[in-house]
Amino acid sequence: MTDIDNQKITAKELWVSVSPHIRSKISIPIIMWSVVIALLPSLIGSIYFFGFKALFIILLSVISAVGFEAFAHFLWKRRITVFDGSAVITGMLLAYNLPPNVPLWIPVIGSAFAIVFVKQVFGGLGYNFVNPALAGRAFLMASWPQIMTSNWLAPSSGFLAGYDAITQATPLTLAKVYRTTEVFQHLNSWPVIKNLILGNCGGCLGETSAVLLLIGAIYLLIRGFISYRIPLAYIGSVFVLSLVLPTRLSPFFHMFSGGLMLGALFMATDYVTSPINKKGQWIFGIGCGVITMLIRLWGGYPEGVSYSILLMNVATPLIDRYTKPKVFGERKK
Amino acid sequence: MSNLLRRKRQTYGFKGGVHPPDNKSLSAYKQIEKAPIPKRVWRPYIQHTGIRTQPVVKIGDYVKVGTQIGEAQGYVSVPTHASISGKVVNIAEIDHPVLPTRTLTCVIESDGQDIWEDSIKERDYKNFSKQELLNIIRDSGIVGLGGGAFPTYVKLSPAKEKPIDTIIINGCECEPYLTADHQLMLERAAEIVEGIKIVDKIIAPQKIIIAIEDNKPDAILIMQEAIYQEKKYSVVKVKTQYPHGAEKQLIKSILNRIVPVGGLPFDVGVIVQNVGTIYSIYEACRYNKPLVERLVTVTGSAIKEPRTLWVRLGTPVYDLIDFCGGYTEEPGKIIFGGPMMGVAQYNDELPTIKGTSGIIAIKKDDLKIDPEGPCIRCGRCVDTCPMNLVPCELNNLIHKKDFNRAKQYNLLDCIECGCCAYECPSKIKLVHSFIFAKRELKLLETK
Repeated sequence: MTDIDNQKITAKELWVSVSPHIRSKISIPIIMWSVVIALLPSLIGSIYFFGFKALFIILLSVISAVGFEAFAHFLWKRRITVFDGSAVITGMLLAYNLPPNVPLWIPVIGSAFAIVFVKQVFGGLGYNFVNPALAGRAFLMASWPQIMTSNWLAPSSGFLAGYDAITQATPLTLAKVYRTTEVFQHLNSWPVIKNLILGNCGGCLGETSAVLLLIGAIYLLIRGFISYRIPLAYIGSVFVLSLVLPTRLSPFFHMFSGGLMLGALFMATDYVTSPINKKGQWIFGIGCGVITMLIRLWGGYPEGVSYSILLMNVATPLIDRYTKPKVFGERKK
Repeated sequence: MSNLLRRKRQTYGFKGGVHPPDNKSLSAYKQIEKAPIPKRVWRPYIQHTGIRTQPVVKIGDYVKVGTQIGEAQGYVSVPTHASISGKVVNIAEIDHPVLPTRTLTCVIESDGQDIWEDSIKERDYKNFSKQELLNIIRDSGIVGLGGGAFPTYVKLSPAKEKPIDTIIINGCECEPYLTADHQLMLERAAEIVEGIKIVDKIIAPQKIIIAIEDNKPDAILIMQEAIYQEKKYSVVKVKTQYPHGAEKQLIKSILNRIVPVGGLPFDVGVIVQNVGTIYSIYEACRYNKPLVERLVTVTGSAIKEPRTLWVRLGTPVYDLIDFCGGYTEEPGKIIFGGPMMGVAQYNDELPTIKGTSGIIAIKKDDLKIDPEGPCIRCGRCVDTCPMNLVPCELNNLIHKKDFNRAKQYNLLDCIECGCCAYECPSKIKLVHSFIFAKRELKLLETK
């Protein structure tokens, strides 16, 4: 061996793997944190409408979701991946689904159920068969219906609102309980619709402002992290059904009231629990829309978004099985 | 607007695909150079898709450049030739750069003279008949140089009941890093057109289309100039999108014809040939020169001076890397072919073969991949799959060892382009899983 040979760089140790040898930069944390960013406008909105208590509830929910996730990872000796942002999303979405004036232990219990029993028991990220946040909400609804269906606050514009809490029913509750022509007329009027779009109405923490939710969803659409299919099918079918079915409310009221925007844009589009095939996504969205309208019109609850998504979550494997796309080159029958 | 309309009329595109950073600037626009003649070459007896060739030389024989060392066996097989002059020092089972097993390989030691066979000289090929031209292409050992390495004369002999109306000359070079075809079109456009004329004479199609991705505008211009007088020929600009160079995707994109499942381009009246192959056809017909050298892009972040080289087949990788200035630092991977479909090598002492379109050495830092995570069913693999498969579902079935269900989910139609694995945010090794399952299925069927 001469000196020159020693200096020459050689390939001593090469990695061998199957192609492809390059990978895109998009990773799970990038996608998840982008969803968190997309949820931020609504977070600011909820503080604006319901005061700083909204922030406490959301923070509490997020911190407990992340905490329970870390605990579960530790307990089941899994790789600790709490920083991938998925637990943060679950915490935020759960809080967005709570009435503004709930007692502070509610988000903690809800997060615990969502993370431990819905997500981690089934194997963690990617293995839950229903949306954890929605399952957490359904659990709270079933266990403490009184707390979950009262505790509404009237939105008082301004960041210091909420200290002199005024209770106010949500527009959908009004429509369910007071079935008079005057109420329907009032709800169909432009000022009410305008307030629904802006978020200046009673409702769960993060669901009231359609416009803020849309801003977040458009960000995700542009980045290519969600597809337009499920939201369009969902909101579209609600719109069409409210024209066809004997509801005395306008399609616009149905579109912008309740949790439809939050559900259609952020919860029905959850990757893990929605169909993977394009055709299946249309079916999923339309199914959600139909069930939502059935519950709103004839169900016992004023609002049906969360249950419709949960039901369609369960149907997802079946939808996927029957909507397998045709292979490139397969003859059309 | 008019521009948009024209583009729409030109190509139809295909579904799926990805846009990896192409890194072509490393080696682009560097004049093609001849790599030095190696001291020793390794010539595996199988360098094409098909049947292995039979050795016709013995240890100790003297061979010249172009001497046939392996004889074709059967229909789908082409001969192998010596790529340097010298002595055959060994014929033994040696590691193959692409196949997973050791294969019979002829080792030739150079005499330093580079003496060519006497028959290799310029001649007038214009009066040759179709069959004579086809025989030349077969006897020159020409295979598809894009990477598939399928014997070219088989591809140019379509069955009578399947008339060919279009030939597509594939100059897409959609793999990142590779620039050999691009540089060839820039420097040897006239020769490529002569090669196209030969193919035209053999097949006599209605039209011949040269497909080039729109990231090579200069090549498009040069080829357009070169075919200016030929009305039958045209250059089509296709979108830069991996895998545009895949036959079925290219045919869909240019002609909007869909090759049926399990079918070949013949079935829709099309033949696709790589520009590099066309150039070799030209050389074979004009100079009677067998396939003893090819263009190889030697590039990557771990190579000091990336460039495109004329390489004598069988040259070991380390010779080429030395000629390109050596490594800048210890490479993490050496890849034969492009980074999307190429084969990673375990050392740099393997020979280049007929299908080696590039040698890429990448730094360790550029290869860091996050550990594999769970599938979150984001559907990015479904969106990018050009074959319209459901990669994540296939992967689940394979992990459950349910290979027959995987087959029902059209596993065998996977072209291993790597789009799904490239795009997967969880960095799941999808292609790995599919290759494994295909092999398992084969074993199940032979049982």
